[in-house]
Parts: sequence; C-alpha cells; structure tokens
Amino acid sequence: MTASLAGTGVLLRFSLRRDRLTIPVWVAVNALMVLSMPASLKGLYGTDAERADLIHQVETNASFRALIGPVFDTDLGALTAWRIGVYAGLVAAAMSLLIVVRHTRDEEESGRQELVASGMVGRRASLTAALLAAGVANAVLALLVTAGLAGQGVVGALALGLGLAAVGMVFATMAAIVAQLTESARLARGLTSGILGAAFVLRAAGDSASDDGSSVLTWLSPLGWLENLRPYAGERWWVLLLFAAAVAGQAWLAYELAGRRDVGMSFFPTRPGPATGRLSTAGALAWRLQRGSVYGWSLAFFVVGVVYGGLTDGVADLVGDNENAREIFERMGGQSGLEDAFLASMVGMMGLIASLYVVQSVLRLHGEETSGRAEPVLANAVSRLGWATGHLAVAFGGAVLLMLLTGLGFVAGYGKEARPILGACLVQLPAVWVVGGLAVALYGLLPRAAMAAWGAAGAVLLIGWVGPALDAPQAVLDVSPFGHLPKLPGGEMSWGPVLVLLMLAVVLVGGGLAGLRRRDMTT
Amino acid sequence: MTKAISVSGLHKAFGKTQALDGLDLTVEAGEVHGFLGPNGAGKSTTIRVLLGLLRADAGAAQVLGRDPWADAVEVHRRIAYVPGDVTLWRNLSGGEVIDLMGRLRGGLDAKRRADLIDRFELDPTKKGRTYSKGNRQKVALVAAFASDVDLLILDEPTSGLDPLMEEVFQRCVEEERDRGRTVLLSSHILSEVEELCDRVSIIRNGRTVETGSLADLRHLTRTSVSAELAGAPDGLADLPGVHDLDLQGHRVRLQVDTDKLDAVLRQLSESGVRSLTSTPPTLEELFLRHYQEAAS
Repeated sequence: MTASLAGTGVLLRFSLRRDRLTIPVWVAVNALMVLSMPASLKGLYGTDAERADLIHQVETNASFRALIGPVFDTDLGALTAWRIGVYAGLVAAAMSLLIVVRHTRDEEESGRQELVASGMVGRRASLTAALLAAGVANAVLALLVTAGLAGQGVVGALALGLGLAAVGMVFATMAAIVAQLTESARLARGLTSGILGAAFVLRAAGDSASDDGSSVLTWLSPLGWLENLRPYAGERWWVLLLFAAAVAGQAWLAYELAGRRDVGMSFFPTRPGPATGRLSTAGALAWRLQRGSVYGWSLAFFVVGVVYGGLTDGVADLVGDNENAREIFERMGGQSGLEDAFLASMVGMMGLIASLYVVQSVLRLHGEETSGRAEPVLANAVSRLGWATGHLAVAFGGAVLLMLLTGLGFVAGYGKEARPILGACLVQLPAVWVVGGLAVALYGLLPRAAMAAWGAAGAVLLIGWVGPALDAPQAVLDVSPFGHLPKLPGGEMSWGPVLVLLMLAVVLVGGGLAGLRRRDMTT
Repeated sequence: MTKAISVSGLHKAFGKTQALDGLDLTVEAGEVHGFLGPNGAGKSTTIRVLLGLLRADAGAAQVLGRDPWADAVEVHRRIAYVPGDVTLWRNLSGGEVIDLMGRLRGGLDAKRRADLIDRFELDPTKKGRTYSKGNRQKVALVAAFASDVDLLILDEPTSGLDPLMEEVFQRCVEEERDRGRTVLLSSHILSEVEELCDRVSIIRNGRTVETGSLADLRHLTRTSVSAELAGAPDGLADLPGVHDLDLQGHRVRLQVDTDKLDAVLRQLSESGVRSLTSTPPTLEELFLRHYQEAAS
C-alpha cells in the first residue's frame, strides 16, 4: 500500500503549485458569493413580515422552489443557506471535477503522466494527489465559509461549510471514476458536468414536488443532500454520513478501475474516425472544431429560457408586496409591469452569459495559434484573415443563435407575446459583440494579453449581476456595454446606444484583424 | 536555373535575441537542399519567414519568385510544409487532416495518397489525440508528399520515425526530386542529408557559414589516409597540409587537407604501398568542425 502511494506528497505539492492561481480564484469567488449573502438578504427581507411573506411564497410557488430550493427558517443564516447553498454547491462541484480531471486524465492524455510515472511514483499516487488537491481546495472553502458566517451562528456555518466541501468531494471522486473511463480529458469533463447537471435537475424536480426537501428525487441528488443537511435549521448531521459513504464508495471504485487498466488507456477507447475527410476550407475546419461547444451552449440557452419563461407567470406573486425586490428587478429590468421587468432582467442575464461564450469562441484563435495547430493551416493557401474569419463567424454568429434560442425558450415557457421577447434578446447582441470585439482586439494587437479578455468578460458579468443589487453608481454601470442597452421588453427602444455599440464592435474587430495581419505569428 | 528560394541578408530579432543576423540562402529549382545548423541557429525562424508567418526586420526573401509576406496565399498554393513538431486536432482523424491540408494547397493526388498511406503504414482512421509522435509526423508527411505543389519545406521531418520509415521517407524525397520538385530539408540526421541532398547550407548564430555541394564542402576539409608501406617513409611531416601524423614502423596514419592529397600520395608511393585506405571526410566531421568553432 505505501509503495503504491510513493511520491504522493511531491505530486500534491506540484499540483497545488500548478493550480496556485486557479484554486484560490475558485475558492475566493465561491466564498465571497456565500459571505455577501447575509448583508444583501438583510436589505431585501429586513422585517419579520417580509420574511414570513417570502416563506409563504416559497411554499406555494413550485417553480421558485425548483430554482432555489425550499426554505426552512427565517433567520439570516437559514436564508443564506437557502438562497445560495445549491449554487455554491454547484460551484464547489465544478471546481472539484475540473481539478481532478486536470491532474489525472489531462496528464495521461498529454503524455506527461508517463514522465511522472517513470519516476519514484506509486501506481496510486497520481489519483491520490489529485483527490487530495481537490480536498485541500474544499477544506479551505469550508473553513472560509464557517469563519465568515460564524456571525450568524457557528453551528449552522459549520454545517454549510462542511456540506459545500462534501458536495465538492462527491464530484471530485465522481470525476475520478469518469477519468478512468474516457481517453479524452475534454470528454471526462463534459460527462462529469452532465452528471452534475442531472443532479441539479433531480433536486429541482424533487423540490418542486415537495416543500421540505423530502422527495425521493431530492434524495437522489448530492445537491439535495446539501439542503437536507439543513444548515441553520436544526442541522441533521447524519446526512454527512451519506456524503462520506458516497465519497468513500466512489473513491474505492475509482482506485479499482485505475488498478485494472494501463496508463493512457481507458475502458471506452476513442472510436476511429473516417479514413477520408470532406473538410475543404479553413471556415469548415473552424466550424468542425467549435460545433460541439455551440451545440452544448445552444441546448443550455434554450433550456434556461424555457425554465425562466415558465417562472415569469408566477413572479408577480413571488415578489408580491416586497418593495425592495421589486425595486431591484426594476433597476435591472425596467419600469413597466413586473413580468416585463423580470423578463428584461433575465434576458439581460443571458446576454451577459452569451458574452462568456463569445470570449471563449474568439480565444479559440489564440489556442490554435499557441498550440502550433494554426501554423500548418496558415502555411497553406489560407490567408490569416480567412483563417480568423471562420472562427469569428462561429463566435459572433453563434451569439445570434444563442440569443434567438434563449428567446424562443422564453416564448415557449411564458406562452405570450413572442415578438417583444425575441426583439429584447436580439438587442443584447451589440453589447455581446463589443465584449467579443474586445477579445479580438486584444488577440490581434496584444496577443500576450489575449487572456485578459476573460477579465473583461468577468468584470462585465460582475457589474451586470451585482451592480443593481448593490445600487452601484451610474458611472460604474456605464463601464459595461450592457448598461447602455434599452431595458426590453417593456421599456422604450432607443436606437442610439445600440448603433454606437454596434459601431464600437466593428471598430474593435477591425482593429484586431488589422493587428493580426501585421504581426508575427507566435508559436 | 531559376531559384526556388533566394534569401539575402535576412535579419530578425526577438527582443534582445538576434535570431537571424544576415542570413543568406539560395535553393535552386529542382534540387534537394540540406539546411543544417545546431539547435537555436535560426533554422526554424528562417523557415517561418519563408512561410510568411514572421516578418523579417531587414533583408530580402523570395519564394518561388514572390514575396513570402505580401503574397503569402499565392506562394502557399505551391508549397507543402511539414513542421518539426506536428500537433493535430484531437478529434479529427488522420485521413481528414490529410485531405483538408491537400485541399488547402494546390490539391491532392488521390492515388499517391493511397500509395503513401500504404508505404508509411499509417492508419488514417485514428483520431489526432491517439497518434504517437512518429505517426503524427507521418500524417503531415503523407499530406505533403501527396499534395500537388512545387516546393516542399520540411523542418526536421523524421525525428520521430523509425529506421524503416526513415528509408521510406528517403525514397519519397528522391521521387519528389525525380518529378522536378524542390525540397528544402532541415535536418539533424546527417546520413539522411548526405544521402539525399544535392547542396547544403550550414548556418550558425543566424548566419550562413558554408554553402555548396557536398563535393565542394569536402574539398575544404581533410581526408584520412592510412597505409602500410614497404619501407619507412620520410619527409611526410614536412609536406604542406598534413596533420595528425602517426608513424609506427611501416604503418602510417594521417589527415591531409583534401586539396593537398596528391603530394602525399606521391610521397607514399615512393616508399612502396602495400595497402592503402583513404576516407573522405564525413558530413559529420564537417558539421562538427563548424559546431565546435561555434562553441569556441
């Protein structure tokens, strides 16, 4: 046993060093999300009457429970656990699965694992180090949450902290199993994320059927266990045993599978592809490389549209007499009727998320260039502009597709007035394109800083999400292109800012492409 | 003869590193030209300039009679390039990549494609991520050799191939030459260069230090001679161009500047030659001489 673990310590330190930026960012964002809750909930539901009203709404509105989960008590701690628990659990799970796949299957696929395994490293060391790295990240998260929420009550804070870490470890060990099954790290990440999505859906279905988390469906989902741990509402500590059993069982299975296969191999080997190809242009290649991602985003945008569209009808009941919540929706969405305001804020949120898609898609150019795959393509009769245009068409055109699909989802879920909703979705595009244009400009003009486009997208997201709730000054809101868009549906359409953003996007893309034409390609 | 590649006085700096420092290179149409130099000498940088991926700071470059930066697309229609480190798309099969590359150039000869896949023993249905280094190189080589182009630029194309595949590669280059195509072959494998190349250029620190046919280059270096004589020779040490003379009784070993060989042989035959071996300098010796000068 000890021989099979030789080198684990060294590998763990090495993993943590490689992730010295990503793990702290994941943990800090997640902890901040949780710790900012009490203050913002206090503002929203300050009085006992408002809280009683909220509980009543949650109990009677199934779609709202599906989205956030049931609420068990009225103090700020319990409200925090209710409002953010499932989502912080999702983030912890995503962080954990990414860490584990990155340090197991990614390493094997790249061939780096062979180099490591030839050293004084036991057969189980890599997997153990990856799980421990996830364990360290989750432990720090638990610590921060417990310490940060202690003001609301230490016991509840500990329960929430441990619950979040436990969800993280369930998906860390789940990823460890999946990483044994597939040859591709990308597929392992996709499959485990799919399982995470299924866990969310099971919990949502269970919670919409029952208002106290007792549905079988809820109990089938680790995210459901988290709410059934009931932080701040009479903690049920035995639920932690359920987590422990799942983590131990899954870890055991992962080790069993790992012990039965060769390094680099998998239980589901990659299927062979066609012996001849039909791709004949750089544009077709760009579509081929990005289409999987476009399909995934499209499905998610449509489903989210349907879900939020379905919620829209009940939103007037939900916000009811709560002046503060109404005000926030109106600040995000517009002045007219509450349903329009809700739709407008949700459409705006999808626009913000679409800018993440655009940045990811534009930066594919950067990935192709730095990995050396662009070089042989550009050594053919393909101009740089032609090569880049293919990817940019997928990026900027894909954004149109996503906004249309989410609009159709809203229409299908809401069941009324298609035109204003679709129009509102399309009005987001100039702002989405400005963010994409910034990514193109960075890539073309300052290729070393291309990754800063993620920072810009993150800042826009933060301003759009948190700005209205914090009542941020207009000067800050104006930094984001989304702040200049008319609030639709419900508000007045104003073409001026839309056209200005459109022109700005064109200038940014044009500048980036001009830079790309003139500069050296890096390898 | 027209020139496939003509480069003169090429300069390129990356920050403070002077990668190319007045490099000259001339490749005649229809020849196989060896491009040699130690690691970091500037071979790949030169090739990237020739492909229009980098823009030279100074100097003139013409590929197939055009400017590789301004007319990149036109030039590339007639070029096939094999990088030293081939990376493929993980979820495209080798066959798909070969066909795509061919179509993005001047076109692909289907019969030759099938023949090459057969000879290189390549499985074109495997996905990019499952190929080994050598097989990734084979994908790029098949794509290059099956393409209908005038100039092949190969940057250390055989570093991952086994000796049998190396043999196949050499036959393929010879076929290309027989079909009148031009090949620029950057390589570290000297036997390969010796076997294939009509002329070579040796570069060092971004500058060309030697260029010409192998015969020309040999002329500038020393031949090893060892002989068994009937009697003890004399006067050998005084002859010009003789080095490392080793006399043991009737046996002689020495190195001689190749252009002074005649006088040495005359002197030896005066003592009566029983047996004689004379070895022309290997490319390796040529190469090492230049590299060692670089080091000192």
